[in-house]
Amino acid sequence: MEVVHSIRPIAAILVSVSIIPILISCGKDRPNFREAWTFVAGVLKFLIIVSMVPGVMHGVLYTFNIVHLGPGLDIGFKVDGLGLTFALVASFLWIVTSLYSIGYMRGLDEHSQTRFYSFFASSLCSTIGVAFAANLITLYLFYELLSLSTYPLVVHHQDPEAKISGRKYLIYILTTSIGLVLPAMIICYHLGHTLDFRPGGILMGTGGKTILTILFFMFLFGFAKSAIMPLHSWLPAAMVAPTPVSALLHAVAVVKVGVFSIIRIFTGIYGISLLKSLHLGTAAAYISAFTILVGSLIAMSQDELKRRLAFSTISQLSYIILGISLLTPKGMIGGIIHIVMHAFGKITLFFGAGAIFVATGQKYISKMKGLGKKMPITFLAFFIGSLSVIGLPPTGGFYSKWYLVLGCIDAHKISLLIILLISSFLNALYFLPIVFKGFFSKEDDDVDVSKYKEAPLCCIIPMIITATISVLLFFYQGIFYKLISIGLKL
Amino acid sequence: MIDNHVFPILIVITPLVCAFFVMGLYWVDKRLCLPLTILAISISFISSIITLYSVLTSGTIQYKLGGWPPPIGIEYRIDLLNGVILVIISFISLFNLFTSFNQVSHDFPEKKGTFYSLYLLFTTGLLGVVITGDLFNLYVLLEITSLSAYAQIALGDKKRAPFASLNYIFIGVIGASFYLLGVGYIYMMTGSLNMGDVAHLIHNLHHSQAIFVAFIFCIVGVWIKMALFPLHIWLPNAYTYAPTASGRIIAPLMTKVMVYVMIRLMYSVFGIDYLFNTLHISQSIIYLSSAAVLFGGIMALSQDNLKKMFTYIIISEIGYMVGGAWLGNKTGLTGAILHIINDVFMTFALFLSAGNFAWRIKDLSIHNLEDIFQKMPWTSTGFVVVALSIIGIPPTCGFFSKWYLILGAIEAKQYLFIIALILSSLLNIILFFRVFEKSLFSSKPHVMESKETRSYNLIEEAPANMTIGLLVIGAILILIGLYSGKIVSNLILPFIPKGL
Repeated sequence: MEVVHSIRPIAAILVSVSIIPILISCGKDRPNFREAWTFVAGVLKFLIIVSMVPGVMHGVLYTFNIVHLGPGLDIGFKVDGLGLTFALVASFLWIVTSLYSIGYMRGLDEHSQTRFYSFFASSLCSTIGVAFAANLITLYLFYELLSLSTYPLVVHHQDPEAKISGRKYLIYILTTSIGLVLPAMIICYHLGHTLDFRPGGILMGTGGKTILTILFFMFLFGFAKSAIMPLHSWLPAAMVAPTPVSALLHAVAVVKVGVFSIIRIFTGIYGISLLKSLHLGTAAAYISAFTILVGSLIAMSQDELKRRLAFSTISQLSYIILGISLLTPKGMIGGIIHIVMHAFGKITLFFGAGAIFVATGQKYISKMKGLGKKMPITFLAFFIGSLSVIGLPPTGGFYSKWYLVLGCIDAHKISLLIILLISSFLNALYFLPIVFKGFFSKEDDDVDVSKYKEAPLCCIIPMIITATISVLLFFYQGIFYKLISIGLKL
Repeated sequence: MIDNHVFPILIVITPLVCAFFVMGLYWVDKRLCLPLTILAISISFISSIITLYSVLTSGTIQYKLGGWPPPIGIEYRIDLLNGVILVIISFISLFNLFTSFNQVSHDFPEKKGTFYSLYLLFTTGLLGVVITGDLFNLYVLLEITSLSAYAQIALGDKKRAPFASLNYIFIGVIGASFYLLGVGYIYMMTGSLNMGDVAHLIHNLHHSQAIFVAFIFCIVGVWIKMALFPLHIWLPNAYTYAPTASGRIIAPLMTKVMVYVMIRLMYSVFGIDYLFNTLHISQSIIYLSSAAVLFGGIMALSQDNLKKMFTYIIISEIGYMVGGAWLGNKTGLTGAILHIINDVFMTFALFLSAGNFAWRIKDLSIHNLEDIFQKMPWTSTGFVVVALSIIGIPPTCGFFSKWYLILGAIEAKQYLFIIALILSSLLNIILFFRVFEKSLFSSKPHVMESKETRSYNLIEEAPANMTIGLLVIGAILILIGLYSGKIVSNLILPFIPKGL
């Protein structure tokens, strides 16, 4: 493996915060100019990240160190296959979401749009920071920055409901990160004298079985952004945010930062063999299986579309954790590639939900009967997104579920396999009726559907893009497969 | 060509002499008070930088006052620890002059001379306490500091400040007497007042009851002065009702300097061997400081006045430092010293932001802070940075001192202290986000957005020097966070006594 010192990781991280002063100076007087800058930053960020793909594919490791904090402690970045996969998805979807935000925020004539775009940019900066972090302390730094930059987005509406959700969000996210991850990280440093992510981990042979087990659960529950039960209920609460936030941050960036941190703990801090010997993989697998099942069940009972999507996200995030907890190559690839597949599927669903809200002001599923005739593109995209999340061909979701199933078989965990299949069935039960009723049901008498039409073009185009990619991922996912294999050193 | 050895004395003597001139100058031309004060403290600041530099290059400096050799004469002894703290004190004192001159003209149009004279005496006292290597000299300078602090506080809020100051005087005098008694016992047993000398002589007296009593008197005296829970009752009111310009310097420096004195007494006078092998009190002190950390946090939570909330945060932070110093290992002491440095800047920034808010809003109740972000965006930005630092979010400096403290507590297996530190961070989150929720996110956004009241028309910042001052300190908080590795390896670790 060739190590190259490069400015590209830090450039990719900073490009989105560097535009914040410009955004603020444009303010609301020149909104077109302001949004143009968001695009410039988004495209630049994506291009910088893409530029590292060929290198990483050929085994290059891009690194950049900012400061040395002490023995074994640095703030620095390292771009490997896993981080790059996540960064690619997040930065690409930022561009798409920026387009969608314009349609959504202007369509609803929202207030404080400059603040919205500024904190969105800083959230993306932190997300990429987590993806590229070379060690736990850098990861923690950006993890916290992400929590803080998302908070203003959650309380965007500034009404009592938003504020209460904001409090819930902070209490869940910051309490766990400071109360569990911080001490765990310091104990980890005390044991291993470093916090670098290393293949094979840093904790092998450092501490007793008990302490390593406790530490593992502190990490697993400490990264509460992964919404593992019982620390999930901030996510439905955070749905009060404007839909672009729910779409990009609470279906892709923030929640997957949580999962990604857990992946790093598995692969970089503990290492597969240590986890196997302590049977921690199995424990994590069952906790996540519980979340998968219960999340799906609760999702069925939700009538508010975004809340249903949120519970579906909770359940889907645990697929990823389940995948890596299997500790078999196929399971881990399936889990990590699910980050990609779920991102495109779920963001399509959120875009759909937002488009319906912009066009009709409707949040509740029971009121969406017959809307499909007036908004065919939206509902078609929603249908494709559903297929991907359920895991049916011809969508990318099928691919990750397939690997997860194979992983379960390899690990001889048939019970988990059954849970996966039940959950997929449940997914179908709570998604497909929305589409079905949208297209084929007769609308309620008190709802006049005829006055509705499709949402603005800025909302439609992103949806088409992500839905198309969801389908394309079924056929072309080789690049992600390769990046993840390199990242996992398989 | 000035001899290098003149600088240590310049640090203390310049502000002392100028304190008297400022008073007199007031009757000549009151516009000259401020420039003279700035000049005096600048000289101190530059001298302390030069002194620190020579400590770094050629080791500990011993300066004999009046040429008398110790233990007869007074000795100034500057090693890395007090070298760094001297620079910080003079920096903060100087910096505060620039951020508060308009506040001073506003608050004391007729008492400028008195104020600047007291200000200089206070700075002199602090610098002297830190620089001196003599136990009795320390007491004298401590009283100069305290007396000028009492007087400055009494200049504050007309209704409440005199009483708060009186309260502080009573308790402060008790603290000082305790310390003096302790020094008396030490002198009785060793016949010396020079710290280095006493440290040497005390080796054979480890089992003396008198030394034990001396230790207890000294340490409790210092605790009263630093407001360690439960000896803190004078602090909240005194600091809340102090005039803005003095509160900003007294709050960050006074308590931290007392923590320094405690560390100095512990490690340079009584010695590690005595502290941790002869005495068996470190465990109880760590319990006490854990209690202080939690008590400060909980009391802060119950305050409605922003400034009073900050004063309880100070009490909580004192617990951090005392606990760290008593952990009895290298990492813990590193954390305590790093936290002294960080906390000076954090508390300074807290009181700067409180002062800026108070410039616009007379009553600093939290519910009055509604929409303050729209009105004072820069001050609020600075305030957010400080808050994050106190909570302990990287890369601000508060995170790194907490890191060393927790690591030290893990090494010492002091789990209660770890829990207290973590809980305190969590309490701080609630504390500050309670304020943010009010100040950042108004409950009526539509009002802010309507065409008639465009938000930029509403901006009413504090004067530029105050705002920029806060932002500069905010930037420093991040910078010393990022460079904490360098600070620890170059400035703190060399000081840590061997054998710890």
